[in-house]
Amino acid sequence: MSTRVTFASRSSRAGMALCAVGFVTLAAAPAWGGRDDLQLLSEMYSYVALASLWNLLAGYAGLVSVGQQAYVGLGAYILFAFAILAGLPPLAAIPLAGIISAAVAVPVAGLVFRLRGHYFAIGTWIVAEVFRLTASQVSVLGGGSGTSLPAALIIAIAPSRQLRDFVEYWVALALVVAVLLLIVLLLRSRYGLALKAIRDSELAATCNGIDVRRTKILVYIVTAGATAMIGAFIFLQRLRISPDAAFSVNDWTAFVIFITVIGGIGRIEGPIIGTIVFFALRQTLADLGTFYLLMLGAVAITIMLATPKGIWGLVVEKLGWQIFPLERRVIADSNAVARDAAKT
Amino acid sequence: MTDWINVILQGVLVGGLYAMFAAGLSLIFGVMRLVNIAHGDLIVLAAYLALVATQTLGIGPLVSLLIVVPLMAAIGYALQRLILNRTLGEDLLPPLLVTFGLSVIIQNGLLALFTADDRKLQAGAIEVATVRLFEGVYVGLLPLLQFAVAVAVIAALQFVFYRTALGRAFRATADSPEVAQLMGLDNRHVFALAMALSLAVVAIAGVFLAIRADFDPSIGPARLIFGFEAVIIGGLGSLWGTLAGGLVLGVAQAIGAHINPGWQILAGHIAFLAILAVRPEGLFAKGRA
Repeated sequence: MSTRVTFASRSSRAGMALCAVGFVTLAAAPAWGGRDDLQLLSEMYSYVALASLWNLLAGYAGLVSVGQQAYVGLGAYILFAFAILAGLPPLAAIPLAGIISAAVAVPVAGLVFRLRGHYFAIGTWIVAEVFRLTASQVSVLGGGSGTSLPAALIIAIAPSRQLRDFVEYWVALALVVAVLLLIVLLLRSRYGLALKAIRDSELAATCNGIDVRRTKILVYIVTAGATAMIGAFIFLQRLRISPDAAFSVNDWTAFVIFITVIGGIGRIEGPIIGTIVFFALRQTLADLGTFYLLMLGAVAITIMLATPKGIWGLVVEKLGWQIFPLERRVIADSNAVARDAAKT
Repeated sequence: MTDWINVILQGVLVGGLYAMFAAGLSLIFGVMRLVNIAHGDLIVLAAYLALVATQTLGIGPLVSLLIVVPLMAAIGYALQRLILNRTLGEDLLPPLLVTFGLSVIIQNGLLALFTADDRKLQAGAIEVATVRLFEGVYVGLLPLLQFAVAVAVIAALQFVFYRTALGRAFRATADSPEVAQLMGLDNRHVFALAMALSLAVVAIAGVFLAIRADFDPSIGPARLIFGFEAVIIGGLGSLWGTLAGGLVLGVAQAIGAHINPGWQILAGHIAFLAILAVRPEGLFAKGRA
């Protein structure tokens, strides 16, 4: 009996159509939104991208890192270094930040992959602390108190402030779309199949001939480069950098983990849903200050204990929806079945 | 020469404190494979409990241990019984995420109650008393006491683990939770007792930390990292190794700080990464990381 494998389902076709409409609407945001809207949306895109990358690491490759702020900060510092020391246009420095950070991730992986499970997690955190303390020793970039991006380079992005806002907004949108596309293509490739096998059972994956360690290291390095590009963009938009802000464990890891877990870990839709929930909570409760963070911690714990698969996990369980065509489904070819039947 | 002897001696004495941070961490990892991200924040919580006890009752910080240690042990038992037991299993994300959430809750809770101001426990005359070892080399009585307590804590944990029925229960559940349960042990209770013991050690470490230096709600994560580094440097599964790991870390930091004050913490991290690179099983390992 011959069969074929398909990724699409009815809900994913509807989902893709919805995505196309959403993308066009969001790409046109400079026409309908004000400056604040654009900034809020850019920030949301950055968090969707960071959370999606963390989800790829933890949800698919089983690499629970609490040190991804190492690459957010590294990417940001590389952008500032190129801009301040070499006068390179900041937008051109974003891909460079990605490539260099991915190269830095190779020896780092050699070290942290000696640790397993929880110890891997804290090991990655120490690497991020080493990066932070090293950055605060670099006096040409302002040492511990940080530095600003030169005004001339910012003006060179676009002549007027409004146009700069537009350009930065589209860069943010392009980055998040690129990250999501990268993840979808990766998951649909043979590496994706290997990753899902590893997620479900490392032992079974090894028995089926998957080089688990090599696959994980590859994902770690790709994620590091992409995370660094997002980090570089975030601090290009902020115009100022300091070691504590760039390597913040709260901003770039705690929030990212909470977003992923609330939305649904191990599913590509999870970080998107999680970011929407996170920002909705922030917009309504941020006035409460420390109590807001307290509640965020409590919400994350409650979700982890009550529905460990998050909001999107519940949707999949109850309704079987998928927005992105990722699920491999084997379909029997009916003509072939008929032919096989005729033969026997 | 005496200069360097002083530096290394200070490092060794601080290392005792790091070993106490580490002992509680390695105890619960050994028994239930749980890494408590909130460990450092619980140390800071103990420091604040001691602060409240000394201020409201007018007792000294060392006497406050009589209140803080049992209180933290009770918190540990309840925490494990009510929340953490529900996260244990094959998947390592739930305990990690839940303790991460706890860390955020404790930090911000302390921030709301006590503000971000620096605090310190005043221990009185003992703080400035020194002992002369030989010409040019003096050590403070308090660091010496703190080091002696650290050694005593490690020795006590070693005794509990290998010489008592409770220790046998810890080792049995660590080796095989299912078989331990079949032998009539209640794993949930055993795990809760392990957490209670861990937080009792945390309480002692927290009080000594608070006498030694200024503290505020944000310093917890760094204490977790020091404790973790001491565990890995010393080697998993060895309590005396953990003490040695604390000393190595303390001495590395002291040497770094002596060369350049900005390098204190960095030197400790680099010592940790160097040991991870050349001897990932740690200096005195029984098992592998």
